[in-house]
Amino acid sequence: MSVLEPVVELVRGLGQTFRYLFDRPVTYQYPEQKREVRPRFRGRHVLKRYDNGLEKCIGCSLCAAACPADAIFVEASENTDEKRFSPGERYASTYEINMLRCIYCGFCEDACPTEAIVLGDNYELSFTDRRSAIYPKEMLLEPVPTVDMTTPRKVETGVYKRSVPEMKDPTD
Amino acid sequence: MSKQVTLTIDGKQITVPDGTLVADAAKLAGIDIPVFCHHPKLEPVGMCRMCLVEIGRPMFDRATGQIVMENGQPKIQFMPKLETACTNPVSEGMVVLTQTAKAKEGQKGTVEFLLTSHPLDCPICDKGGECPLQNLTMEHGPGKSRFIYDEKLHLDKQVPLGELIWLDRERCIQCARCIRFQDEIAGEAVLGFDERGRNTQIVSLSDPGFDSVFSGNTTDICPVGALTTADFRFGARPWELKAQASICTQCPVGCNTTLNTRREAKAGGDIVIKRVMPRQNEEVNEIWLCDKGRFAHHYVGSKKRLARPQIRKDEKLARASWDAATKLAAENFSASKKDFVILASGRLANEDLFNLKSLADHAGGRAILYSDMGGGDLTALVGVGAGTNLGKLGEGDAILVVASDLYEEAPIWYLRVKQAADRGAALIVANPRETKLDKFAKFSIRYSYGDEVKAVNDFGKKSKISDEFAKAKNAIVFFGSEGLGLNGTSAVASACADLLKETGHIGRASNGLIGVWQRANDQGAWEVGLQPEEDLAKALKGKAVYIVGTDPVGDDPKLAKALEGAEFVAVQDILETATTEIADVVLPAQAFSEREGTFTSGERRVQRFYAAVPPTGDSKPDFVITSMIAKQMNIVLEGTSVSVVFDILANSIEAFTDLSYAKLAEVRPQWPIVGRGDVYYGGTTYENKHGLGVQLVPAAQVGGTVRIPKVKKEAVLRPKEKELLAVPVNKLYDRGVTVSPAELLDERVGEATVSLHPEAAERLGVEAGARVKISFDGVSGEAVVKIDDTISAGVALVPRSMGIAIKEPVAAKVK
Ligand code: SF4
Ligand code: SF4
Ligand code: SF4
Ligand code: SF4
Ligand code: FES
Repeated sequence: MSVLEPVVELVRGLGQTFRYLFDRPVTYQYPEQKREVRPRFRGRHVLKRYDNGLEKCIGCSLCAAACPADAIFVEASENTDEKRFSPGERYASTYEINMLRCIYCGFCEDACPTEAIVLGDNYELSFTDRRSAIYPKEMLLEPVPTVDMTTPRKVETGVYKRSVPEMKDPTD
Repeated sequence: MSKQVTLTIDGKQITVPDGTLVADAAKLAGIDIPVFCHHPKLEPVGMCRMCLVEIGRPMFDRATGQIVMENGQPKIQFMPKLETACTNPVSEGMVVLTQTAKAKEGQKGTVEFLLTSHPLDCPICDKGGECPLQNLTMEHGPGKSRFIYDEKLHLDKQVPLGELIWLDRERCIQCARCIRFQDEIAGEAVLGFDERGRNTQIVSLSDPGFDSVFSGNTTDICPVGALTTADFRFGARPWELKAQASICTQCPVGCNTTLNTRREAKAGGDIVIKRVMPRQNEEVNEIWLCDKGRFAHHYVGSKKRLARPQIRKDEKLARASWDAATKLAAENFSASKKDFVILASGRLANEDLFNLKSLADHAGGRAILYSDMGGGDLTALVGVGAGTNLGKLGEGDAILVVASDLYEEAPIWYLRVKQAADRGAALIVANPRETKLDKFAKFSIRYSYGDEVKAVNDFGKKSKISDEFAKAKNAIVFFGSEGLGLNGTSAVASACADLLKETGHIGRASNGLIGVWQRANDQGAWEVGLQPEEDLAKALKGKAVYIVGTDPVGDDPKLAKALEGAEFVAVQDILETATTEIADVVLPAQAFSEREGTFTSGERRVQRFYAAVPPTGDSKPDFVITSMIAKQMNIVLEGTSVSVVFDILANSIEAFTDLSYAKLAEVRPQWPIVGRGDVYYGGTTYENKHGLGVQLVPAAQVGGTVRIPKVKKEAVLRPKEKELLAVPVNKLYDRGVTVSPAELLDERVGEATVSLHPEAAERLGVEAGARVKISFDGVSGEAVVKIDDTISAGVALVPRSMGIAIKEPVAAKVK
């Protein structure tokens, strides 16, 4: 082994270092600077609303059944036209996700018959105790489109009869 | 034994009784033929076509009448078309194929048709998860429909069929199971089909809607989510529920139940009972439950539940420790010596009553059963023999029902007696007025209120009715408390026992006497030695009283007065009542759903119930509280293990000898098969995995001579002019503490009523619906007039437990 060999290696190694010194940096200055997430990223859940403001969630508990981490708790109640939360007879009067248990697998999203629960792009969850890791419905529901579209609200009688939007015939 | 027939289903040979339907025979062979309209408890109708299979029968030579043989085997001729397995009875040598391409194609087609207009709202459907249509679609459905969505027929989705049951017309598959249940099993045809073809819809034919106390059962056997209960509506998904075996506490039938529980946010995060489901016991309730048993469970989760021991301090009840509360009670009981009285009701378990009786015996006091019905000594003597099964009575047997309206007092007995009558048993109903059971009776006997004993004694004279009863292979007598108080029921019981003895109908299975008690475990109370007291007010006055599981103050102003004059009152109960309000010490007990124990049914079947939900607050089981008090009185009573209390009980009471918790938990295979993965077959009734119970052997069955004590009945009251004879009758939905917290039943409970004959009403100048004041013996109350022309003009019928304290026939003024 020549004495030069380690020196050559050292220079080669440092060469790499110097090259990157002039490259565009990949580091993000989080939290000042945030990176855009991928379209199929699975972050904190959101409970969606229809355009008319009614909640999409019908309290069917299928998400809870699909959840491998048993992170979701749903309790249903009955809608009336006087006090309507969602279309149809049933709505979720309690909807909770334990974010500490959740493994962000997205199974709940797949199971939902109304596309109500959706994994969003927020990954910045922090809690100071276990209790606050349980997100109630109020935290999960997305804001209403306009202020008069809050739920529960009084609606015209006999219009919102179906919980699951009616299927249409394929047109092709 | 009936003729047996051997057939082959999918290559499996099986021998079944002649007359069995192919679908049932397959089930017995462990082969599942999909069914919707077929139900093993109902007559076959063949309406849904789900059970299509290929059926072949041995070919006969027309000339010789011999079976045609082929290669040494009988030649099987198959029908060109598929046949329904649910309408074809088995025949010798039959060959059934359920798995062939042809059969599968037929089943697939049926599912496709059934789904053409089905809304598929499984996500919000209470049946989803235990739905036969879901299961059979997954297993036999085509997976794809050729029908267009736009052609789906839309019908009404939220139709209340009365306050208890909801109907979703889009989900109904027109199997008529509900209609047939009401017709054939309950004997109340209150449901029917309306319209034709695709528009066929279920309608209620009664007013008020779905007027039957068995309505909940239709939700169990409806193979889809068309019928659901208002009580459970959207309560939880079936897979989220836990199940625990229990016994219904509402009447002496002792129906086996399953309590479905879940943690609930609405209940502040507690684990609560979400629904009560039947649990199969073919000898008790089969697979049914009455609506009271199903919907009245809310009292155990009531806001009025007692959670902590309390002691009266400066006129007010204040929280205390268990130690202090039991000590105070013990001191007072000890000090009063012979003046110590225990008043307990049949709402308690056998173990509780046994500990109470032991305490009274050791302390030198008395233990009284809170009831206005006597005759429990006689049911222990000549009660129905071990092995009794009402479901086996039929042709050649007789059932006599005296002074009881079984429909209102013990609905499942009504149902079973009615079916025995359908099978050919001679049903004799003896009652002063018409009851629902009369429709199915071979003989109805009408006597006037007060002539009960005479009516029974008349069986001693020769008549068509008495002959039929005497000659019956098996005979059972039910006696109740309609129009009778303690003395009256004791006298009737003794007359009935005499009749049974004279005709040789005692000491055998399916023969003997049954008391239609007012509470679930009255029979158990009699077994451990508690007895009711004729003059309760006198027995309580000036005494140190330990009241357990009953509300005398709320029930009866006379008892309230007597207790005011009591030396000391300790009340042990699960709920706040008028009696706890006057108590010196209040001891919170656990409800039946929170602990283990046993009840003894009217048929003297000892059955176990199990803990389903955690206890309320600091409450303790009754037997434990009693043993804590006993300890402070230097009396040793078992107070830790309920099964040990039962062992001690079994050792000291003869009828219970050899019984143990393990024995009570034994099960045997039952038919029909229910509650497994294949809910489409028998419905959502739970399978019995926790014990069928054991029937006690009555003294007469053990042997030896039977002596029936004679009870002299007090002379019949003769009301003065301007007075009516007010008689107590029993009502299913009453204002008792175990019913009223169930708000759903409010409408069925209704107001206190007084039933009058049209003549009496005219004489008093009142009309139906008028509010009258009824008064007797220092008791008075308001009631709404009901007109009943099947009763006599001199009487007024007043239901028990509806706010007017009536215990026995009294002369009353009605204004
Ligand atoms: S993402 Fe997965 S783990 Fe998280 S709640 Fe949904 S199903 Fe459960
Ligand atoms: S989020 Fe979707 S799956 Fe979950 S309860 Fe609501 S509707 Fe059902
Ligand atoms: S009846 Fe059965 S198949 Fe129909 S919506 Fe309900 S769960 Fe689904
Ligand atoms: S309501 Fe249910 S049980 Fe009655 S006919 Fe329809 S599907 Fe059958
Ligand atoms: S036709 Fe046989 S199950 Fe309905």
